[in-house]
Amino acid sequence: MNFKLLYSVSLALLMARWRQTLVAAIGVTFSITMFITLLSFMSGLNDMLDGLIINRTPHIRLYNELKASEHQALNDVEPYKKQHGFIHSVKPKSDRKGLYNAGAIISFLKTDARVLGIAPKIATQVFYTVGSIDLAGSINGIEVEAENKLFYFQDYVVAGNIFDLKNTPNSIILGKGAAQKMLVQIGDMIQITNNKGEIFPLKVVGFFQSGLSDIDKVQSYCSMETTQKILGESGSFMTDIQVKLTHIEDAPAVAKYYQNLFGCEAIDIQTANSQFETGSKVRTLISYVVGITLLVVAGFGIYNILNMMIYEKMDTIAILKATGFSGNDVNAVFISIALSIGIFGGLMGLLFGFGLTHVIDMIPFNTAALPTITTYPINYNPKFYVISIVFSVVTTYFAGFLPARKASKIDPVVIIRGK
Amino acid sequence: MNQVILEAKGIQKFFHDPTTVEVLKQISFSIHTGEFVSVIGKSGCGKSTLLYILSTMDTDYNGELLIKGQNMRNKKEHELAMVRNELIGFVFQFHYLLNEFTVLKNVMLPGLKLGKYTEQEVEFRAMQKLKILGIDNEALKKPNQLSGGQKQRVAIARALINDPIVLMGDEPTGNLDKKNTDIVFDIFKELSAVYNQSLLIVTHDNEFAKQTSRIIEMSDGKIISDN
Ligand SMILES: Nc1ncnc2c1ncn2[C@@H]1O[C@H](COP(=O)(O)OP(=O)(O)OP(=O)(O)O)[C@@H](O)[C@H]1O
Ligand SMILES: [Mg+2]
Repeated sequence: MNFKLLYSVSLALLMARWRQTLVAAIGVTFSITMFITLLSFMSGLNDMLDGLIINRTPHIRLYNELKASEHQALNDVEPYKKQHGFIHSVKPKSDRKGLYNAGAIISFLKTDARVLGIAPKIATQVFYTVGSIDLAGSINGIEVEAENKLFYFQDYVVAGNIFDLKNTPNSIILGKGAAQKMLVQIGDMIQITNNKGEIFPLKVVGFFQSGLSDIDKVQSYCSMETTQKILGESGSFMTDIQVKLTHIEDAPAVAKYYQNLFGCEAIDIQTANSQFETGSKVRTLISYVVGITLLVVAGFGIYNILNMMIYEKMDTIAILKATGFSGNDVNAVFISIALSIGIFGGLMGLLFGFGLTHVIDMIPFNTAALPTITTYPINYNPKFYVISIVFSVVTTYFAGFLPARKASKIDPVVIIRGK
Repeated sequence: MNQVILEAKGIQKFFHDPTTVEVLKQISFSIHTGEFVSVIGKSGCGKSTLLYILSTMDTDYNGELLIKGQNMRNKKEHELAMVRNELIGFVFQFHYLLNEFTVLKNVMLPGLKLGKYTEQEVEFRAMQKLKILGIDNEALKKPNQLSGGQKQRVAIARALINDPIVLMGDEPTGNLDKKNTDIVFDIFKELSAVYNQSLLIVTHDNEFAKQTSRIIEMSDGKIISDN
């Protein structure tokens, strides 16, 4: 097949109807633009929302759950050993909330190659004393460096320096909401009451804002040492070990392994936040569905213009066939018209899509929920551009398929007789 | 030199719509190199139908068609397209030029399709054909800028571009006035006499037919005289 010749014929046909072909190409451009924009924006949103949760959530959390022993004394008594007993009102015995052997667990985790990093934590309930009122609150005792490295702690501290938490003894970073309730400024002293009723004065060194206002009203951060002091526990006490893995998808398996190994509870991020993954998937699905719908509509545009062209250019097709062009040649001519529209429209779509996402990327987007984000999130993944151009070529090919086949089947005798 | 280039053996053609009619009844004849054949006959006697079959465009017939000794019966669609491209030139009543291309490109298209010569050679040959037909000055115009007679001459040049073994024409002067008709007929005579081109021309013009080397007269789907 002489591609140059066939292409010159398709180009001539295309130029003869350039207005309509342009409209068809604009249809493709529009849908590809929207497709790219939707995918980039949705995936930017997904990343942002994932960031909201995944960045701040350990892949695996090791903790000690207070629960009644599964092994009850009754089971050891001879006549009941092989029987099924019902025991009502079983209560947990130990009131210890900390992890056993935390030090040993940590030194083991540090040798595990799958682990990216670990951060210990003490979660505890307290009361903020404001005048005569006690506000319920909770304090997370953290290791500042580890917390910052794994969970970008700095990003959520909107005032003050996170390292003051470590450097200033008996200091606290208050949730923004809690601070507003208590009407305190950085440098002020506040008083908190622990669960045994003991009062501790703490110095406010910063405010943090997670974006979830319910959390910001109760949550505060102290250093590990300060928290241990408040609880009257030893220097090795911790309630949680937060683990980040190199590969997040390993979390469920590794969590199960740790649970058996350490004999404590281990929950993975997928189990803890399954709804977020579903949300991301649905958003991605919606973008694809909308994009493909737009492309199909554009495909019908191309189908129409080709049908019209074939109808108008019956004579041309007839004479081409009469002078020795085969059905396949004619087919190739119309397919290449369709593909030209698809590729041209698609490439323009990539450009416009890139432009439009850039514009969106510049629109201010300030939300209390996400202090680090100032404009609408966009994910410039080259994958979207590859998918788009492939889609546009495939749809236009299918749009051209039937008209091209129709053209290739035109019988020149019928046309010539009809004159 | 008196070689058979095209042979029809018992060609029979039916049309089934609205009723089955036998339009061609056992047509047999052959054309030799350099012959100038005219086909005459009353309107509706099947001349066009025969020509479409002989030019391989219509494949729905009984009987045998041999071009250059090759049977056309079992050829595939693209093989027949190649036969038309290389061996047969066809001129219709209507010129069928493509207004998107220049006159020159129109003439070149079948030559480019054949791919036997480079684009430059095809262009040179196209210019030669246009010169023979006396329209080389119009080469760079678009077909819609030409007169009816000129257009028909371009169509003849296009039919000749691949040096076909036979040039067929279905009332090629049907749309032309007397003056242009004479020009086209003179061209055919010249092609036959000077270039030894074989021609098979359907015409209603008995004056013209008389000047050809052989007249086939048809009536009601049959050849009634051939000399
Ligand atoms: N597609 C068709 N379906 C049915 N009958 C047809 C068809 N095409 C042609 N015919 C019939 O076949 C016969 C021959 O037609 P053809 O066009 O070959 O005649 P012709 O000799 O070329 O006439 P003219 O000199 O008017 O061009 C006519 O009677 C016509 O009615
Ligand atoms: Mg006719």
